[in-house]
Amino acid sequence: MLDSLSRPGGPLKVAVPRGALLEEVLGLLDRIGIDTAGVRSDSRSLVFDGGEVILVTMRPYDVPTYVEAGAADLGITGKDVLLEQEDRRVFELLDLKVGLCRMVLATRRGDTGPSEHQRRLGMMRIATKYPRIAEQYFEGRGRQVEVVEVKGSIELAPLVGLADGIVDLVATGRTLVENDLEEREQIVTCTARLVANQVSYRLRSDEIASLTSRLREAAG
Amino acid sequence: MIHPIPPGTRDVLPDEMRELRRLQASLLGVFETFGYSEVRTPTVEYADVVSRGDEDLAGDAYRFFDDRGELLALRTDMTIPIARLVATRFGEVEPPWRLSYVANSYRAVTPQRARLREFGQAGIELIGVDGPDCIAEVVEILARSLDAVGLEKAVIGLGDADLWAALVRDFGGSEQTVGATSRRLAAHDMVGLGADLEECGEFAAARIETMLSLVQRRGGPDVLADCRGRGGERFESVLDRLEATCEAVSARDVGERIQLDMGMLRDLGYYTGPVLEVYDPSVGEAIGGGGRYDGLMERFGVDQPAAGFSLYLEPIHKAQLEQNGKAGSGVSDA
Repeated sequence: MLDSLSRPGGPLKVAVPRGALLEEVLGLLDRIGIDTAGVRSDSRSLVFDGGEVILVTMRPYDVPTYVEAGAADLGITGKDVLLEQEDRRVFELLDLKVGLCRMVLATRRGDTGPSEHQRRLGMMRIATKYPRIAEQYFEGRGRQVEVVEVKGSIELAPLVGLADGIVDLVATGRTLVENDLEEREQIVTCTARLVANQVSYRLRSDEIASLTSRLREAAG
Repeated sequence: MIHPIPPGTRDVLPDEMRELRRLQASLLGVFETFGYSEVRTPTVEYADVVSRGDEDLAGDAYRFFDDRGELLALRTDMTIPIARLVATRFGEVEPPWRLSYVANSYRAVTPQRARLREFGQAGIELIGVDGPDCIAEVVEILARSLDAVGLEKAVIGLGDADLWAALVRDFGGSEQTVGATSRRLAAHDMVGLGADLEECGEFAAARIETMLSLVQRRGGPDVLADCRGRGGERFESVLDRLEATCEAVSARDVGERIQLDMGMLRDLGYYTGPVLEVYDPSVGEAIGGGGRYDGLMERFGVDQPAAGFSLYLEPIHKAQLEQNGKAGSGVSDA
C-alpha cells in the first residue's frame, strides 16, 4: 500500500486530524462504513487502510496543506484552521457539525473590558495562535490592535502582561475560567469541515460525491 | 559563494531546458497547424492596461515607476496584453484573428507553497468568431495540444460562467446576491455558499438545496439532462448554450475529453459564457484554463467575440514526468 501512496489512482486518500477532533471524526467515518480500527489502535503509523479509502493522520493544521497539493484527495479539519489559512485553495464541501468550538476574545477577569482599553489607549495588544483571524476581526471593525503570535498556552499571555487579551478557540470555556480569564466577544463558531482537492473533486467526482452525501447523512 | 534568487523564481538547468523547449515546440506546432500565428508583447505594460483587463489580477501584479514616473506592471497573463494589442494594432485587419503565444508571466502570489511568481504559459486567442463554433475550435485545439504533449489522462472541464447568475436570478435573487455568492462559488466554499443563501433571505430552503446540488453536478453529457427543468427560464437558456457548445465540441471529435461542471467559475473576472479548466490526475492544481471573454475585448473597445485557453507549462511538464515514470524524456518525439 505504501508503495503506491505518492501516485494518483487507487483508493481515495483522506486526511484525518489527530487531536481533539479525532474521536468524533472517526465516529462519523465508522457510521459510513469506513474501517477506523487501525487509527484507533495505538499504532505509531500515519497511514491506515480504511477499506474503501486510505486514512492519513496528521495535525489538523496540516490538513489544508496536504489537500491543496493533492497529496490527500479529501481532508477533515476545523473551520478555525481553514479561516486561518484562507488562501489555501481547497474546496469546502460539507459542515460535519462535530467539534463545535467558539473563537473568542477574552481578557482578565475584572478588567474593564476591551472597549475601555480601546478608548483609553487607542490600541490593545492581543496574543493568539490565530493571527490572521484576529487581525481580520479587529481590522473589519476599525479597531487597532497589535497581534502577538504565540504557539503554546495562550492563557499565559495576559496573566504575565504580554498582552491585554487573547483570541483563542474554546469549547467549554473551562480553561479560560481556570486561568482567571473572561470571555468578552465571540468572533466566530467553528465546526469540522470536509474539504477536497480541486482536481480530485473533478477527476474522482463520483467517489467524492458518494462519500460526501453519506457523510452528510451521518452528520445529520 | 551563495547568491540567492527571489522566492517563487527558479533557474532551469540544461536537461530540463531541453524538455521544456520540446514541450513548447510541440504546442506551437499544434497552434501552427490550426492557423494560429505567434505574437510577442512586452513583459512590462502600463499598470492601467493590466487593471483595465482585470482589477483583481492587477492586485497581484508587480508594479513600479519608470524614469518618467509612469506606473508600470509586469504582465500577469498574456490574454490582457493580446486584447490590448488587438485593439491597438488590428483595427484595419478583417477578423477573425488567430494568435498564439509562449511566454512567461508574473504574479506576486504568496510564496513558499510551490506556487511560482514567474511562470510559463502557452496558449491561443481566437477573436472574431461567434456562436458555439468559437469555443468548440478552442476546445479542439486544446484537446489536440494535450494529445501532442502526451497527457492522455488529462480532462477538460467545461462550464458556463453565467449559469450561477442565471440560477440566482431565476429564483428571485438580487443582483447583490449574485455578486456576493459568486465569490463563494468560485472558491467552491459550499458551506459558506449555503450560509449566504440562507442569510440573504431571498430563497426558500428547498430552493437552496436545489441550487447547492446543481452547482455540484459534474460528469458526462447526462448532467445536462439532469439539470433541465430544475431552474428557470434564464438557467434553461444558459443550458441551451452549453448543450450547443457540447454538440459543437463533439462534432469535432474531442468530446471524450470533456467533463461538464455546472459549478465552474473561473477566478478571472473577464470571462463571460463558456469556461474551461484542464486537470491531470498527477497534478493537484489545474494545468490550464480558458473560456470565452467577450467582456475583456469590450473593455479595450473591441466589439468582437473572443475565446482562448492557456496551458501552464511547469505543471504540464510535471505531469509529463509523472506519466513517464519520472525518468523519461518528458515529451514523446512522435
